[in-house]
Amino acid sequence: MANLKAIRVRLSSVKSTRQITSAMKMVAASKLRRSQDAIVQLRPFAAKLEEILTGLNNALRDAETENIYAARKQTSGKVLIVVVTSNKGLCGAFNANVIREARRIMAEKYPEQAKRGDLWFITVGKKGNDLLKRLKCNILEEHSDLWSDLTYEKTAIMADRLITLYLSKEYDTIEIVYNQFKNAAVQKLTAEQFLPVTVAEKDTDDNGSADYIYEPDQVSIVRELIPKSLRIQFYKALLDSFAAEHGARMTAMHQATDNATELIRDLTLQYNKARQAAITNQLLEVVSGAEALNG
Amino acid sequence: MKIEIITPGSRVYSGDIQSVTVPGRKGSFQVLKDHAPIISTLDAGTVTLADEQGTVKHFEITGGLIEVKRNRIILLADAVRQS
Repeated sequence: MANLKAIRVRLSSVKSTRQITSAMKMVAASKLRRSQDAIVQLRPFAAKLEEILTGLNNALRDAETENIYAARKQTSGKVLIVVVTSNKGLCGAFNANVIREARRIMAEKYPEQAKRGDLWFITVGKKGNDLLKRLKCNILEEHSDLWSDLTYEKTAIMADRLITLYLSKEYDTIEIVYNQFKNAAVQKLTAEQFLPVTVAEKDTDDNGSADYIYEPDQVSIVRELIPKSLRIQFYKALLDSFAAEHGARMTAMHQATDNATELIRDLTLQYNKARQAAITNQLLEVVSGAEALNG
Repeated sequence: MKIEIITPGSRVYSGDIQSVTVPGRKGSFQVLKDHAPIISTLDAGTVTLADEQGTVKHFEITGGLIEVKRNRIILLADAVRQS
């Protein structure tokens, strides 16, 4: 029979672990709610911008509008992947999934660039940064500090940086790999092309936009709106990843708490059995001792 | 007519108004009831609106976009500071 003291020590350690995991679960739940709110707040803005931009698509498709954000012919052969992970661990397979997807893209979509060393990464999140560093990938920049204060203004600066990298013809393609937030328990791993911009073909609603007065004119509005919508797209990706992280952590910690509870039950049972056995033993000793005296 | 002032982070203002003056790219202009549909980009500057009671409110924006359609105004601002 296992020794009583050992079980007691183990039991108390598991109990304190459960306390920690259940506290983390609650913290993650409240952070999740807040980050979900942020996504909901962004939605009307993003939807309206999208609507106006789609309405302006005609101007965008006109031959005379040179769209500097669209795919271009001369290429530098370099590809940039933005990998969005978290700064902290303890959230299940959240970060590992992103890295796995990034490596898959690397192997399947851009094998030549990877061989040439023309595949670069920008990381948001310490975990992904560490993992990619260990895999000896080319890391251009790390922006893990974004997570400490996730605001539109800050992400806009980084989105502008990405846009500059594209417009300066340094990179041909910029992709973002991140976890999209589905619900608290489900994250959808997403790889999205950030630049060049893919123009949605939409002819159905052509006259819907015709009766507007455009100021200054359609082309300049489109020119101004594209970077704006890119900033929004990037902000949305980060918000999604942030909410997904907390969702993943909440689920992981919920699991951990459940496991700890089960372990505690088993250990308590073992402890009680051991205690009972010890008492029986002691009783036997007393009785047989008395028996020996009487005999 | 109704106006909504939205930033990526929040809905700053929403309600019925009499008029609004915005810093358009080609110069500041005022929108009154039954204004023609318009989409205009906005420069940094002050948005001034008068609500139903005639109370005047000012918002500092850093740039944005306005859409007016059938007495519904939607103002997408990059960042807003109420002053």
